[in-house]
Amino acid sequence: MKKNGIFARLGLLLTMVFLYAPILVLIVFSFNDSKSRTVWQGFSLKWYLKLFDDSRILNALVTTVEISVLAMIVSTILGTMAAIGFFNMRKRPRAILMAINNIPMTNADIITGVSLMLLFVFAAGAFNATLGSLFGVEIRLGFFTLLLAHITFDIPYVILSVLPKLNQCDPNIEEAAQDLGATPWLAFRKVVFPEIRPGVLNGAIMAFTMSIDDFVISYFTAGSGASTLAMEIYAMTRKRISPEINALSTLLFVVVLTLLAVVNIRSAREEKAAAKREALLRQKN
Amino acid sequence: MKKKYLAIPYVGWMAIFVIVPLILVVGYALINRDGQVTLDNFRTMTQYLGAFTTSFRLAIIATVICLVIGYPVSLWLAREGAAVKRIAMIAIMLPMWMNFLLRTYAWMSLLENTGIINTLLKNIGLFDLINRVFGTQLSYFPMINTPGAVVLGMVYNYLPFMILPIYTVIDKIDPKVIEAAEDLGAPPVMVFRKVIFPLSLPGVLSGITMVFIPAVSTFAISKLLGGGMTLLLGDLIEMQFYGSAYNPYLGSAISLVMMVIVLICMAVMNHFGEGEGEAVYF
Repeated sequence: MKKNGIFARLGLLLTMVFLYAPILVLIVFSFNDSKSRTVWQGFSLKWYLKLFDDSRILNALVTTVEISVLAMIVSTILGTMAAIGFFNMRKRPRAILMAINNIPMTNADIITGVSLMLLFVFAAGAFNATLGSLFGVEIRLGFFTLLLAHITFDIPYVILSVLPKLNQCDPNIEEAAQDLGATPWLAFRKVVFPEIRPGVLNGAIMAFTMSIDDFVISYFTAGSGASTLAMEIYAMTRKRISPEINALSTLLFVVVLTLLAVVNIRSAREEKAAAKREALLRQKN
Repeated sequence: MKKKYLAIPYVGWMAIFVIVPLILVVGYALINRDGQVTLDNFRTMTQYLGAFTTSFRLAIIATVICLVIGYPVSLWLAREGAAVKRIAMIAIMLPMWMNFLLRTYAWMSLLENTGIINTLLKNIGLFDLINRVFGTQLSYFPMINTPGAVVLGMVYNYLPFMILPIYTVIDKIDPKVIEAAEDLGAPPVMVFRKVIFPLSLPGVLSGITMVFIPAVSTFAISKLLGGGMTLLLGDLIEMQFYGSAYNPYLGSAISLVMMVIVLICMAVMNHFGEGEGEAVYF
């Protein structure tokens, strides 16, 4: 393919400017000395200090992280199990289950959110009217329903990243392990899991990202019992956002940037090492 | 124990948290407040026809703009070296990790009447120039609270969803195929039309899906950038569940109709796309 000319390079550059202009604005105004989000009035760190005093935002941050981590753990385990199960099914049942698995991914978020909200409200109502009133317990939408919703939309991503790895696996090695006397569990742990581990890890990261980033589904399923960061931000945008949010997003941006940089430098190194190994192998042959 | 049974917990999970909720949506759409079966919800919906057309119109515009920007960007990216590709990919994905409400909010500061873009244009004397030439009394460009701002917000938030699949597909095209076309004397435009574009079609289709669906159902973007002036389907649904207009039955009916229309659009597009792909292939 031919190389890029000036025009193409300029196009790429402009796209980057478009993507980063608002983020730059957010970051710059997190250091602004006044509440204004358009007029610069001098450098200050006061929004960062205020942020660490704001219990609402900090609580929401904790909830977000708790939900994302818990949802990631549960969905990675359930999703990996399901992927192995799907993989060992016959074609037809697998196709049907995969189609259902794709529903939360292809449906608009608002529909997933609304439908889960109906389920939770319906279930809570039915429980409160019967068993709940009997024992004087009342369930409401909150942390638990939020967690259930997050697990529901996270699992499909785990399955989609584990299944291709299972496809790449050589079925003979697992059989070999079992022929050599390994129990199925041991064969899974020592032989299959190392093979699919990149897929499982990738799925976990995807699940975590989806959870951290979600607003719409959380908004409909958390009721008034729990609040994530995105919900807190949304509540603030309806009044007037405090620049604390700018400070928070700047911090999050730096964290994500660092994480991505570390992960990518590591994978770049691994790729290089793998290329080297391959070259060596080829020489030997 | 057979390994396929490992899927049982998740199959149960899907039944409860994917299938039952959708059945509930259908059920709620078909009843009224008193629990009677009725089609009234669908009849009431006709008064919101405007929200349907606005939503689909804005989402289609945003999807087309994303495609027009995203396709060349993906093509150019695929031509860069490995290092540039890697960095550009991170750069494109990074904003996706920041909450979209924050990014949309940042556009408010840029687009406001006294916002950063208008201040900048004022300071370079653009408005003075225009006023002198045309005799107008312009002191800012109205950008925020317009449908255009909503489209901008959609394009900004969903552009990465267009670039990523198209780029992935183009990047995987075997360079030998392109070289073969060139060796056989195809000029660049023909190489693109006959080789690169048909091969990139699957990426284009998934890009369109990934942009169009969130765009047509968005509700926060229109609230922030449209100032509530443009009522979209997402806003309408949200109002039925959380707003003063509390009416989950109507909300379910609107959700159902939106879901069906989107599904039909996607099916038609995929069918059409397959036909195109085949027509060029054979």
